[in-house]
Amino acid sequence: MTLEIRGVTKRFGALVANDAISLSVAEGEVLALLGENGAGKTTLMNILFGHYTADAGEVLVDGTALPPGDTRAAIAAGVGMVHQHFALADNMTVLENITLGTESLWSWRSDAAAARRRIREMADAYGLAVDPDRRVDELSIGEKQRVEILKALYRHARILILDEPTSVLTPQEADRLFETLRAMTAEGLSVIFISHKLHEILAISDRVTVLRRGAVVGTVATAEADRESLAEMMVGHKVARPRVEHLEPGSPVVELAGVTVSGAGGARLLDGVTLTVREREIVGLAGVAGNGQSALAALLSGTLAPAAGDVRIDGETVARFSARDFIARRVGRIPEDRHATGVVGDMAVWENLIAEQLREPPFWRWGRIIDFAACRAYARRLVEQFDIRGAGIDGTTRLLSGGNMQKLILARTLDRSPRFILASQPIRGLDEGAIAAVHQRLLDAKREGAAVLVISEDLDEILGIADRVVVIHGGRVSAPLDVGAVDARRLGLMMAGDLAHGEGAAA
Amino acid sequence: MTLEPREHAPLWLVVLAPVAAVAASLVLCSVLILWTGQPVLNAYRLLLGGAFGSSFGIAETLTRATPLILTGLAAAVAFRAKFWNIGAEGQLYCGALAATWLGTGMVSLPPVLMIPLLFAAGAVAGGVALLVPVFLKTRLKVDEVVTTLLLNFVILLLVNFLLEGPWKDPMSLGWPQAAPIVDEGVLPVLLAKSRLHMGLLVGLAAALLVWAAMRWSVWGYEIRAVGLNPQAATFAGISVNLTMLRVAMISGGLAGMAGVGEVAGLKGYLTLDLSPGFGYAGIAVAMLAALHPIGVILSAVFLAGIYVGADSMSRAVNIPTYIADVLVASSVLAVLVSLMFVRFRVRWR
Repeated sequence: MTLEIRGVTKRFGALVANDAISLSVAEGEVLALLGENGAGKTTLMNILFGHYTADAGEVLVDGTALPPGDTRAAIAAGVGMVHQHFALADNMTVLENITLGTESLWSWRSDAAAARRRIREMADAYGLAVDPDRRVDELSIGEKQRVEILKALYRHARILILDEPTSVLTPQEADRLFETLRAMTAEGLSVIFISHKLHEILAISDRVTVLRRGAVVGTVATAEADRESLAEMMVGHKVARPRVEHLEPGSPVVELAGVTVSGAGGARLLDGVTLTVREREIVGLAGVAGNGQSALAALLSGTLAPAAGDVRIDGETVARFSARDFIARRVGRIPEDRHATGVVGDMAVWENLIAEQLREPPFWRWGRIIDFAACRAYARRLVEQFDIRGAGIDGTTRLLSGGNMQKLILARTLDRSPRFILASQPIRGLDEGAIAAVHQRLLDAKREGAAVLVISEDLDEILGIADRVVVIHGGRVSAPLDVGAVDARRLGLMMAGDLAHGEGAAA
Repeated sequence: MTLEPREHAPLWLVVLAPVAAVAASLVLCSVLILWTGQPVLNAYRLLLGGAFGSSFGIAETLTRATPLILTGLAAAVAFRAKFWNIGAEGQLYCGALAATWLGTGMVSLPPVLMIPLLFAAGAVAGGVALLVPVFLKTRLKVDEVVTTLLLNFVILLLVNFLLEGPWKDPMSLGWPQAAPIVDEGVLPVLLAKSRLHMGLLVGLAAALLVWAAMRWSVWGYEIRAVGLNPQAATFAGISVNLTMLRVAMISGGLAGMAGVGEVAGLKGYLTLDLSPGFGYAGIAVAMLAALHPIGVILSAVFLAGIYVGADSMSRAVNIPTYIADVLVASSVLAVLVSLMFVRFRVRWR
C-alpha cells in the first residue's frame, strides 16, 4: 500500500504550520520525517490521520483521496498512528485495550479467545512480545508502546505513523523497536517515523523528508545522507556545538546522603539517593522518564521535603524545604516544564524576570510597593544580555517561543551567579540553535565556579556536556562514572535497571 | 466552528464588547416587555429616567450602588486569585453584626473615631467569617465554593437568632430588629434630603486602593501570580497558602464593610432584610467588570441603576420589577460571552 500527501497547507491564524507539503511513502518503506520542534511534523500527521482538516491539499492512499477530517476513514484505509503520549486505559488489560472500539456494540459477548489468538500471532510475527492478559499499568514504557503498535496492527493498519517513538525508550528498547519495524516492512507495511534524533533516522529509515518552518526542505535517500548534511538541512545553517572543557572540580556544593522521598500510597520516589555535585563540574543524571527524576528535581528546587536522609548545600544541612530558602541559598533552578512551572504565562516578561527577587530591596520601596523603574531597567538589561527575542519586556510571556522562554528562565537564574544550578530537561522541545545557547550558558556558569546537575532523558545531551554521569532507575541512583569511561550502550543497560553495570569503571 | 486564541485583542474590541453585550441584553429583554403589551422604547426611557433622570433618582441609584461596590470588590479580589468566595452575603452580615455590637452603646467615641472604628470592626468580622473556609481549603483541599456558600445560611440564622432573642430591640414593637446605632456612629448624609451616605466615599476609596494595590504592590503581584499559575508562583517562592489567607481577609473585609455601611449609613439598625442579596449581586458586579476594581464602580452603578429604574418604571407602567433581575442576569451572561469574543477569534467552518 502506498501513501501520498499532495500540497497540504494548514494555517493557524497568521502562522502557516504546513505550507504546500508533498511527500510519499512506498510499500515496505520507512520514511523518516525530520524537523525541529515547530517545523510542522505533528500538524501534518494530524491532518493525515484526520484530526485536523487541511486548508488545501489532499491525502491519497493507493491513489484514492481520503475524506478530510475523518479519522474513521483514515483507520479504515489502513492508517495507524502511535502517539508520543500513549492513549491507553491503565486499568484495563492489554487485550481489552487492543480490542476496545473494534467490536460491535450490538453483540452480547466479546470473542476474547479469537482476539487473544490474533494478538499472539501478530506479536510473534513482529517481535512485539507482551502478555495480552496483563493490566496496562503493570507494563513498562517499552511494553506500552508495543501495545500501541499492536492496537494499530489489530485494526489492519498497513501504514504506521510513529511520533517520536524513542523519546521514552532506553537505547536497547529502541533497538528492539527498530527490529520490529524491519520485520514489519519486510512484510510490506509502510512506516512514517517522526523524529529529530539524527542517528536513529540514519539507522532505521530508507528515505528522509526534512521539514523546516512548515515547508519541505528536501527528500534524500538515507544511504546518501550523513549527520552533518541532515542537521544542516533541518536547521538551515551549520550548527556549532559548544566545546566542553574539563576543569578541576572544587569543593562539594550539594551533597545528598541516603535521601528518600515517599509518594502517594507510600511508593518510594527516591530510595536512599547519595549524590555529590562539586564546584566547576557538570553532573549528568540519565534515566528513562518516570524513574524519580521529577522527585529529585522538586527536592532540589525546594518544593518537596525528603522523608529521610540529609541534603547539604555548601556544607550546611537544609532544614526547611521551601523555594524561598533555596533561592536564598543561591540555588538556580531550571524546571522541567517551563510553561507549567517556570513562568506565569499571562504575566509580562519583566514580571517573570523579577519573580524570584521580588522581595529584595532594589525592587521595592516603602515596604511593599514595587519600584517599576528599577524592575524594568533590570528586565531590559537581562533581555539584552540573554538575547530574549519575540516580545519586549512588556510583552506577554506566553507568546515567547520555547527557546526564548528558556532564555528568560536562564536569565533570571544565572544573573544571580548561583552556587548550584539544577537544570531539569533544559533542552526539551528546543531547536538546535537554542540548545547550543542553553548549553553554552551552563558551561559558562560551570567555568565561573557553579556546580551543575543536568537531569535529562537525552543521552546525547548528557554525553555532550557532562563531566560525570549518574543513572537513576526506580528511585535509586548509581555511583558516578566519568563521562569518558561510558558510552550510550552501557548507560542504556544501567537505565534498564542494571545500576551496578558501571561498577569498576567509576573514576 | 472553532475558537482560536487571539494574541492581542485590539483596544476598540475591549471597550466595545461589554457595551455591545449590554445592548444585546436590552434587545433580548425587550421581548419580555413586548409580552406585557408596553411599548419597548418608552419602558426603557422610563427605566433610564427613573435611575438617572433626576437628582433623587441619581441619589437613590448611588445609595443602592454603595454596598454593591464593596461586595463587587470582595468578589473581584478573591476571583483574581481563583479563590471562589461565594459568601459575601454572610460576610456582609458579619460586618453588620460587628457594627451593631460596638455601635449600639458598648462604645461611645466622637464620630471621627467612632465611624472608622465601626468600619474596622466590620472588616475584621467579615475576614474572620472566611477563616474557616480558607483553612479548610489550604489544609484539607475542601472546595471553598461549598463552604462559603453554606456559611451564608449559618450566619443568616445566627442573625435571625440574635434579632429574635438577645439583641431584639424592646422599643421595636415586636419587629425583629436590633437597637439603633448611636448618633456618633451614624454615617453623615452626603446630599441633603436623600439617603445617600458616606459609605459611597468608603466604597470609592476602597476601589481606588484595591486597584492601586493590585497594580503596584508586592501583594498584588503575588495575588495575580497565584491566580494565574499557582504552580509557577510556588516555584518562584511565593507562598500560595499565605496569599490565599491574605486574599480571604481582604475579600471578607470588603464585604464586611458593606454591611457596616448599610447598618450605620442607610438603615440605622440591623434587620433581617438588611441585604436583598447584595453579596450575591456582588459576584455579578465583579463579573460584569471583568474583575477590574475601577470597572466594579461602573458596573455597580449600572446594576443599581437597573434596579432603581425598574422600580420606578413598574410604578409608571404595568411591568413587574422582576424585569430588573432578568436584565441584570442577561447582561452578565452577555458580558461573559462578549469576553470570550475578546479572548478568542471565531472561525466558521
